[in-house]
Amino acid sequence: MIRKFFDIVANNAVPAIFILISAFAIPLSGFSASYLVQELLTRIGRNSFLILSLLIPIMAGMGLNFGMVLGAMAGQIGLLFICDWGVVGIPGMVLACLIGTPIAIVLGIFCGHILNRAKGREMVTSYILGFFINGVYQMVVLYLMGWVIPITNPTLLLSRGYGVRNAVSLMGIRGVLDNLLPTVIAGTEGAKQFLNVNGANTYLLLQIPCLDGAIRLPLATFIIIALFCAFIIWFRKTKLGQDMRAIGQDQGVSHSSGIPVNRTRIIAIVISTVLACYGQIIYLQNMGTLNTYNSHDQAGMFSIAALLIGGASVSRASIANVFVGVILFHLMFIVAPMAGKNLIGEAQIGEYFRVFVSYGIIALALVLHAWKRNREREAARRSMRGDK
Amino acid sequence: MDNNNNQPLLRLEHIGKEYYGNRVLSDISFEINPGEIIGLVGENGAGKSTLLNILFGNSVIHSTGGYDGNIYLDEKLVHFTTPHQALAAGIGMVHQEFSLIPGFSATENILLNREVLNGSLMSYVFSERVSTLDRSEMHKRALTAINTLGVNISPDMLVNEMPVGYKQFIEIAREIDRKNTRILFLDEPTAVLTESEAEILLSALKKLARSGIAIIFISHRLSEIKELCSRILVLRDGKLITDQKSEDLTLRQIASLMVGRESLRKEEKLIEDIPEQPVEIGDINETLDLGQKPKKKKKKKPALKVEHLWVDMPGETVRDVSFEVMRGEIFGIGGLAGHGKLGIPNGIMGLYPAGGKVRLFGKRLTLNRPRVALNRKMAFVSEDRRGVGLLLDEPLDWNITFTAMQNQGRFLLGIPYIFQVRNEFAMAKEAQKFIDALGIKCTGTSQKAGELSGGNQQKVCLAKAFVLQPDILLICEPTRGIDIGAKTLVLDTLKEYNKEHGTTIIITSSELEELRSVCNRVAIVDEGRIAGVLPASSSAEDFGMLMMGQNSNFVGGEEVNTNEKEGENIA
Repeated sequence: MIRKFFDIVANNAVPAIFILISAFAIPLSGFSASYLVQELLTRIGRNSFLILSLLIPIMAGMGLNFGMVLGAMAGQIGLLFICDWGVVGIPGMVLACLIGTPIAIVLGIFCGHILNRAKGREMVTSYILGFFINGVYQMVVLYLMGWVIPITNPTLLLSRGYGVRNAVSLMGIRGVLDNLLPTVIAGTEGAKQFLNVNGANTYLLLQIPCLDGAIRLPLATFIIIALFCAFIIWFRKTKLGQDMRAIGQDQGVSHSSGIPVNRTRIIAIVISTVLACYGQIIYLQNMGTLNTYNSHDQAGMFSIAALLIGGASVSRASIANVFVGVILFHLMFIVAPMAGKNLIGEAQIGEYFRVFVSYGIIALALVLHAWKRNREREAARRSMRGDK
Repeated sequence: MDNNNNQPLLRLEHIGKEYYGNRVLSDISFEINPGEIIGLVGENGAGKSTLLNILFGNSVIHSTGGYDGNIYLDEKLVHFTTPHQALAAGIGMVHQEFSLIPGFSATENILLNREVLNGSLMSYVFSERVSTLDRSEMHKRALTAINTLGVNISPDMLVNEMPVGYKQFIEIAREIDRKNTRILFLDEPTAVLTESEAEILLSALKKLARSGIAIIFISHRLSEIKELCSRILVLRDGKLITDQKSEDLTLRQIASLMVGRESLRKEEKLIEDIPEQPVEIGDINETLDLGQKPKKKKKKKPALKVEHLWVDMPGETVRDVSFEVMRGEIFGIGGLAGHGKLGIPNGIMGLYPAGGKVRLFGKRLTLNRPRVALNRKMAFVSEDRRGVGLLLDEPLDWNITFTAMQNQGRFLLGIPYIFQVRNEFAMAKEAQKFIDALGIKCTGTSQKAGELSGGNQQKVCLAKAFVLQPDILLICEPTRGIDIGAKTLVLDTLKEYNKEHGTTIIITSSELEELRSVCNRVAIVDEGRIAGVLPASSSAEDFGMLMMGQNSNFVGGEEVNTNEKEGENIA
């Protein structure tokens, strides 16, 4: 009984702490509900896809795929090319995906092969692998682009003639997916105001009388995310998904029953890397600017932190964890700087908190995972002891 | 019995196997008919596992040069190089360790990698692996397999929530579900089961055999083998010693066939050499009174008293062990590998989580604290010589004096707790003393321990323990991996040390003969419990019976089996 209670607490401690922090910080920040909802919807649209790409390797027992930054880099290379070629709008995004996919597949296969040689240490290996591929990426972007790889658009290049600038504007595709099906949720008053400002005919308007203010909903992005969720649910029901779950629990048993363990693990990483590539493209179309040399860095760390905050562990994660995590993680990001400012007159504390929390939560999750696994092993052996 | 075609299902001809020039199996020939249950018995290292590996096509065999002889399935020559080929040919294997996915339900495990799939367009475009699973059909098939066994397990139950016994049934159900399974190998399937579970399993196996499946059953519980099997094969030292109908053999005969008659006489001689020692045989419940009492001496207190000890040592779990060791005695602990004999000394020394009561000279010993155990003047020689026993990259004088330096503050100069340095001179002197005394072959005290041969390394380990001047010496597998000459030397050293210093010595060894030649009494561990304690002079047969799970309730011959009826009722 006590053990069970302990288990429940241990399993949900992280989300609970975040709900608690938010419950204090929201009133302190003084933000209105509609502002918070607007911000959250934007960020859910922006980040969910990236986080969802982490689920499949977890299912296959490979832990948190720190190697998803490989996919993010592939996506960024796709984006750089479409910026150079001047392809805009949805065709631009699709083209970026098409360019990124083969790169992501190659990187995924590479990563998968390496992880198969480092079984049991996938997380630290994929983390370091991320740094290594980052080096290769920087070489390509900083030296080869504009020199070996033709880049014609001078606004992209550094003044020396080769190498890409750090800040690349993605104006051509900024918000194209978010605004593909422009939708606004608003109360009666808010709707009137919104229409006055933005003009009538372009928006799909959902009226909810009790709301004040107007909230833009990135409907097309949400539809894509919903499709992705459906894909994951379907995937779990397939033979491949079943094999991955089996491998995730016991590779030896899976192998002896004839499941191609290594191949399946590579497939899991490839899927994750390709999806992370798409995720990064969606993320950056929302942001509108690409930081060539650091956008991908943060993608992995923050996605993993968000997933863990949603209550996932290294060995178990669900779609619900993704959304709970995105909401809690970003709710804190939004309110913490303002709450910090109102509380101590220092907005920096929020930014500090953000980094502190991201790394702290990942460390905590890894420790909890190791501790729980040891406890389970011991419990499994307890039955072998004497009668007392 | 489905014997109409009158040809054996499986026939082995002169099967043999060598590992790196070391012959482990030679000239094994036998055949199995459909619906027949064969019992395969033998000590550790008799070649049972190797035989199974050959029949099941394990890659170990192929990668070490294959095997000699021929295997015929349905009178057709077969040669399996992977387990998958064996599976395809209709050979099913239930391993000793569970090969189940813990978080999966019974259904998912029974149909692991043989799931029923819904057809879909996607499977034509990509591969079968993107088809979804047909859960209801899977459920039906799992239920059929479980029912064939005659047990009542819900197909939706998760394996990690099952009692151990159920897991075994799920494993067997998995093999049955394979439509073409005709031969089933079971490697110690009852080792983890309770008595009633084992009975259900046995009747399930009989039911299976009636449906025409041939079964090869390995167990160390002889009474089970006798009850279940129609024929019994005894392996010893890689040879097939006997192949007889089980009615023609008594348990005692099987036991003695396993341990071997020839070696018996040799041992008897050895035993005569043992000098009589002033030892009082304790009044212990488990002791088999065989009427061979040694000379009575004045009453002595036990040096070590163990009550209800459990030890959580992976692979050598001790469940519930109680015994007493007398002062000045050499006490042996024997038994089959994996039954927990190594767990006992490791647990007492605090190297693995343990519980229960251990009394040392009447005073309670705190468990789980190696330092406390050492301070109470116990010394330990680990079975893991290279891992736990020695600092391989350090010189001999370090190795020999290390534990004494760490725990007793000897071989140090300076002021304790403030500033101390090693007394290299004293260390070297002490080391040289033992090198001479034990005849350790080395270039000097500064040679690295890793450079010595196995036998000499073992002597260094002993020296390290002797330096501690222990009251009780616990030694695990003193002769493992060392050559015969060195073996006698090591054992003689122990005997002499015991004689000179009166030190109580507890030896744990897989080699029964060795224990019988050195010890006063030998305890046999079986499934984490003490099966019995016998004077070393008892016959090899008696020891064999204890090892095979036959407790003291046999009376020199047949055991009446009253369990069969009950078993069927439960099923």
